Amino acid sequence: MALSTADINKIAHLARIEVSASDASATLSKLSGILSLIEQMQGVDTAGIAPMSHSQELSQRLRDDVVTKTNLRDEFQKNAPALGNGSAAPAVAAGLYLVPQVIE
Amino acid sequence: MINSSLKQLGDMLQAKKISSVELTQSFLSRITQYNPSINAYITLDHSKTLAQAAAADARIAAGNAAPLTGIPIAQKDIFCAKGWRTTCGSKMLANFIAPYDAHVITQFDQAGAVNLGKTNMDEFAMGSSNETSYFGGVKNPWDFNRVPGGSSGGSAAAVAARLCAAATGTDTGGSIRQPASLCGLTGLKPTYGVASRFGMIAFASSLDQAGPMAKSAEDCALMMNVMAGFDERDSTSLNRESEDYTRELNQPTSARPLAGLKIGLPKEFFAAGLDGGVASVIEAAIAQYKQLGALIVDISLPNTGLSIPVYYVLAPAEASSNLSRYDGVRYGHRAAEYSDLNDMYCKSRAEGFGAEVKRRILIGTYVLSAGYYDAYYLKAQQIRRLIAQDFVEAFKHCDVIMGPAAPSTAFKAGEKVDDPVTMYLQDIYTISTNLAGLPGMSLPAGFAASDDGKALPVGLQIIGNYFDEARMLNIAHQYQQVTDWHTRMPDLNLV
Repeated sequence: MALSTADINKIAHLARIEVSASDASATLSKLSGILSLIEQMQGVDTAGIAPMSHSQELSQRLRDDVVTKTNLRDEFQKNAPALGNGSAAPAVAAGLYLVPQVIE
Repeated sequence: MINSSLKQLGDMLQAKKISSVELTQSFLSRITQYNPSINAYITLDHSKTLAQAAAADARIAAGNAAPLTGIPIAQKDIFCAKGWRTTCGSKMLANFIAPYDAHVITQFDQAGAVNLGKTNMDEFAMGSSNETSYFGGVKNPWDFNRVPGGSSGGSAAAVAARLCAAATGTDTGGSIRQPASLCGLTGLKPTYGVASRFGMIAFASSLDQAGPMAKSAEDCALMMNVMAGFDERDSTSLNRESEDYTRELNQPTSARPLAGLKIGLPKEFFAAGLDGGVASVIEAAIAQYKQLGALIVDISLPNTGLSIPVYYVLAPAEASSNLSRYDGVRYGHRAAEYSDLNDMYCKSRAEGFGAEVKRRILIGTYVLSAGYYDAYYLKAQQIRRLIAQDFVEAFKHCDVIMGPAAPSTAFKAGEKVDDPVTMYLQDIYTISTNLAGLPGMSLPAGFAASDDGKALPVGLQIIGNYFDEARMLNIAHQYQQVTDWHTRMPDLNLV
């Protein structure tokens, strides 16, 4: 099925990727090409065929209910990005990550 | 020395004819000389590398060396290595210092191998030419105007140019085998679940698998002895008894070492779309296998053509989920300016990801979205089963399957980069094994002339049944006992 620019904007929103108005038509043409490749699948009769999600028929392993991970918070926070909006300081404070205010 | 096998290097190290520090220095100086033009490595850290080499020398002196102790190995930049910048070829992770080791890295450390550096790759392993890397394309050492293949293009170029003793790669749809073919080396994608994915940055989790890229099948077998093994931190790691992948290589020599081996040739691998020069090389290799005693069986893998559409639903779907973690909050790129939290996500991801990665995330998001899930995602999973069943049927009639690893030799940089669908066809012979979870390898089988008169390497693909890696390695090894394609190296002063 053919995509429209409105579809691109909706998908981009779902994927949380900003697609500028100037990029939308180029993105539309590339994605349409890929989707027409994918459309080849529609000619295949798959009635009654069980979907295959994985190459090995595995059931999920359970491990013992014990703590296995060590706390690496300080190590992880060294990779925090710069805060942004004029501040080059790492986006961390008191062991927490800083994001824009989400609750009024 | 740069052409020595891993076994020869190990013997020289253990006989103390050379130290690991000396060996490592000699590779580092080659890298200093040639990497600025080839761009095979993204990150080098001489002090870390030489410290590992010194530790390996101490271990050798103490008399408890393992086969790869002291040998410099290049690591694809998809593997987290503690303290090393680990970028996955992306601006998103351009400043990311891995806080822990991937299981594969841990295994190389325990083996005493030396981490020579992190190799270039297509961004998040999405590409077949290494041109989607944020850190620039990689030159094919056989012709600097051409691509090395991808996504493990840096590892392939590093092995081909002898800028490492061997390298690691990962293969989601052909990312070990296609660059191995285009650069003239031996590469193996193991059965899904044999090598742990822990700490290996995820692209499409049900398809991703790590494997060796090296000069010969024997080298790949020694690498597999380090890389394979159960890891409880990867929920899809298979808990199997460990095996020695070199065990079949040292059988007594005979004129027909592969007598009775049944090789299946799928007619779909020799149909339209295969370059004539590549086809001739593959036919000559098959003739060589007959000399070694193999029998040829005509088989069919009727759903081969569907593997690309199925892959471009399933891999982007899994990628759209895996890459949702890059949100600019805890690590990775965050936009410099944003208005609110949602705007921060959208701008950080728009800026941090390159065009191909964004395309695949958008496709994956679309095929998983309400109203389209059944038509695309479920349908693709059903056809995936048909593709896997093709192999089950084929292996009733043969022991291994052979054909080309890629439809052409190395193509010119820029030739396909603006046409994703054409680029995707590079993986027509490799993707179906990832969908089925089977092991596949590529080995050098000769050269084909390009339009402009360059001799470019061609890879023969061997596809085996589940867990048949040791047998496949021996089948490749026997070919390498009677041919010398795998010993050829490009003259870097002529390209």
